[in-house]
Amino acid sequence: MSRLPVSKTPKCLVGGSFIRSESGRVYPIASPSGEFLCNIPLCTRKDVRNAVEAAAKAGPAWIKRSAYNRGQILYRLAEMLESRSEELAGSISTTTGDHPAARREIDAAIDRAVHYAGWTDKFEALLGSVNPVASPHFNFTVTEPMGIVGILAPEEAPLLGLLSMVLPAITAGNTVVALASKAHPLPAILLGEIITVSDLPAGVVNLLTGSRADMVETFATHEHIRALHATATRTERTSIDQGASTNLKRTALLPGESPRDWFNNGAAGLDEIRQFLEFKTVWHPIAS
Amino acid sequence: MPAKRPKNPARELLFGDLWEFDPAPETAPAHIAPRYDLFINGKSTPPKSKKWFDSISPGDGKKISEIALANEADVDAAYAAAAAAFPKWSATPGAERGKFLYRIARLLQDRSREFAVAETIDGGKPIRESRDFDLPVAAAHFFYHAGWADKLAFAAPGRTLAPLGVVGQIIPWNFPLLMLAWKIAPALACGNTVVLKPAETTSVTAMKFCSILQDAGLPPGVVNIVTGAGDTGAAVVKHPAAAKIAFTGSTPVGKWIQHTLAGTDKRLTLELGGKAANIVFEDATIDQAVEGIVNGIFFNQGHVCCAGSRLLVQESVAAEVLKKLKLRMRHLRVGDPLDKNTDIGAINSRKQLEKIRDLVGSGLQEGAEIFQPDCRLPSRGFYFPPTLFSGVSLSHRIAREEIFGPVLSILTFRTPEEAVEKANNTPYGLSAGIWTDKGSRILDMAAKLKAGVIWANTYNKFDPASPFGGFKESGFGREGGKQGLLDYAKIV
Repeated sequence: MSRLPVSKTPKCLVGGSFIRSESGRVYPIASPSGEFLCNIPLCTRKDVRNAVEAAAKAGPAWIKRSAYNRGQILYRLAEMLESRSEELAGSISTTTGDHPAARREIDAAIDRAVHYAGWTDKFEALLGSVNPVASPHFNFTVTEPMGIVGILAPEEAPLLGLLSMVLPAITAGNTVVALASKAHPLPAILLGEIITVSDLPAGVVNLLTGSRADMVETFATHEHIRALHATATRTERTSIDQGASTNLKRTALLPGESPRDWFNNGAAGLDEIRQFLEFKTVWHPIAS
Repeated sequence: MPAKRPKNPARELLFGDLWEFDPAPETAPAHIAPRYDLFINGKSTPPKSKKWFDSISPGDGKKISEIALANEADVDAAYAAAAAAFPKWSATPGAERGKFLYRIARLLQDRSREFAVAETIDGGKPIRESRDFDLPVAAAHFFYHAGWADKLAFAAPGRTLAPLGVVGQIIPWNFPLLMLAWKIAPALACGNTVVLKPAETTSVTAMKFCSILQDAGLPPGVVNIVTGAGDTGAAVVKHPAAAKIAFTGSTPVGKWIQHTLAGTDKRLTLELGGKAANIVFEDATIDQAVEGIVNGIFFNQGHVCCAGSRLLVQESVAAEVLKKLKLRMRHLRVGDPLDKNTDIGAINSRKQLEKIRDLVGSGLQEGAEIFQPDCRLPSRGFYFPPTLFSGVSLSHRIAREEIFGPVLSILTFRTPEEAVEKANNTPYGLSAGIWTDKGSRILDMAAKLKAGVIWANTYNKFDPASPFGGFKESGFGREGGKQGLLDYAKIV
C-alpha cells in the first residue's frame, strides 16, 4: 500500500500565530475537477477585531524601524517567496488548474516585493517637502503612516493582487489586516507561513480567510482601522464608504467590476504608497 | 476729566487701563449691494427659487444685504454651466490658466481694503485680522497656485496631473474669502471648473468676488457660486455632475457627506473640526508662549478649526503661565469689529453665540474654574468675552468638544509622555502647538503628535506653500503646497 501523505490544515495568520477561526467554522475548497482539497477557516467579525488588536500592537515598533531596515525585511520576504515559488505556484494552480499562469503570477509577485523593498527609504524624499513660506519659519512636510490599513483582496490574481495591496501599505509603515480571495485562498495561507520566516515582525501583516459578507461591515466600521484598500463591487463600495464615514476612514476602492491588471507595473509604486500616508507639516521659527 | 483707576488689587500697569481708547473705526466703503443674486455662467442670475434671505452683520445685528437662496434647480444650473465650461477650460494651456489666476490675485490685492471692510462687516472678525491676514493670504493663494498651472508635470514624480471635472466646494463662515481662495485656486490651476457654496451667514465677499472674476475675464461657467444654507449644500453634494466634493466645516457634516457619497466613486476631501492641544514645557520662553496661546485661541474669536483650545502646561510652570495669561487677557479689547484697535470682534451668528454659551455653561456645571476679564461688551450684536477655564479634566465637555469660540481650557501634565497621551486623546487630529527651548524635543513631539499641522514656538501660521489638513476625524486631504494640488487632480 502506498504511503498516505500528511495533509496540511490551512490556518490564518494573526499576530504571528497560526489560528483557525474563533467561529470554529470552515468552508471546503475543491480542485477544478471537483475533488476535495481542504477546509479553509471561515473567519468572523471577532477574528477581524483580534487581528486589528494584533496590528495595533505591532504598529509602534514597525514605525520605529529604520527605512533601511524595513527595506531589508521586504527584500527578505522576496527571498523567501522565491525559495518557495514552486510551492506557491502549486497553491494557485490546485484551484485554478492553470500552472503556467500561476508561475507567471508568482514571478510578478516576487518582483513586486523587490520593487517595494527599494521604496522604503526613498518615498519620503519624493513625497515630503520643504515649503518656502513667506514668514521666517522653517516649514517642512513629512509623511507618516496612517496606522492600521484594512485590505480586501481581489478574487483574481490571489497572490499578486493581495501582495500588490499589502506591500505599499507596509512599505509606508502601516500594519495590515487583509482578507484573502475566497475562491483561491491557498496562496494567502502559504504567504502567512512565508511571512513568519521573513523577519517581518509579528502582527505587521495579518491574513484572514472566509466570506466577505461576514466581515465587510466590521472592516468598514472598526474604530481603529484608519484606512481601507479594497477591491469591491459597487454594492460593497457603498456599504464600505457608509461604514467608513463613522470614523472618517480613508478609503481607496478599486472597482471589482473592472478588475485591475495586476501584472502591469502601473499597479505598483509611489502613488500606491502615497495612498496610505498622512502628510504632517511642521512650522519652526528661524531666529537667533 | 480725571482718569479713573478701576479697582485693581494687583496694581499692574495695564495698557489702556487709565485712558479709554478713542474709537478708530475703519471707514473705507465696503460697497455691499442691497441684494445679491447667484453667479452662474459668468452672470449675476436671479434664483429660480425666487427667494432671498437676510444677511446680518454680527457686529450690530443689522441687516446688510439679501442673499439669493439657491434651490436644487439653481444648483443644477450652476453644475450645467460648470460642465459646459469644463472641456474648453481644461484644454486651455496651463500657462494661460495661470495668467487668469495671476490676474485674480492682483485684482484682489487692488481691492483689498474694500474687501477687508466687507469681510469684517459681514462676518464680525476684527478689521485688523481681515486687513492683515484674510485678504493678503487669500491673494497669496491665487498667486501661488497660478504658478502651478503650467507645472503640473512636476507635482507627482514620474507622472503628470489631469483635471477631475466639475468640483463642488462648500466653505465655512470663519474665513469666508480665504476659504474661497483655498478652494478655487488649486481647482482652477489643475483645470477643473467649480460650483462653490459659501456659508449662509457669510456670502457677501464671495458675491463681491464674482465681480473680480468678471473683471479678470475668466471664461463664463469656470466658477459658479450658489448661496444658501444646508439644503443648498446638500444639493451641491448630491449633484451627479460633481467629480469631486471638497468641504470645510464641522465633523458631523463631513461624516454625512462621506456617507452620502458612498458608492458614487466621487473624490472627496474634508477639512473638519479640531480640538488642538497647545503644549507648554517648563523650559519654554513663557512670555512668548503666552502670546502664542492668546493668538492660538483668541485669533478670529476662536472661530478657527485649528484653534489651540486645549492648553497643556507642564505642572512646574502652570501657576506662572496662568497668572501671565490672565494678565494678558485683560489687555484684549473686545468690541466693534471695524475698530482698528479691536482684538476680539463679534461672534459670527446668534446660533454660534448660543453654542458657545451652552458649552461654557457645561464647563461651569462640570466644575471647572472660569476666568473672564472685565470688559464691556457692545449692547448690540453678538459678543462673548475671552474665557479661560482652569481645573479642567479630559472628560469635561469643554475639553472634548469643539467650541469654536474664544474659550480656552487649561490642563496640566508632568512628563512629555503624558503630554503626548493627553494631546492625542481626542478623535480629532488637525493641529498642535509645542512650546519649548529644546530643538530635539520639538522634533520628537512633532513626530508623536497625531495632527496634520504642528506649530513649534508659534501658532496659527498659514501659507499657500504649506499644506494644511488633518489626521483622524479632522478629515482627509490637504490644502496648499504640492500635496494639496494632488487632491484636485488625477495622477496619470
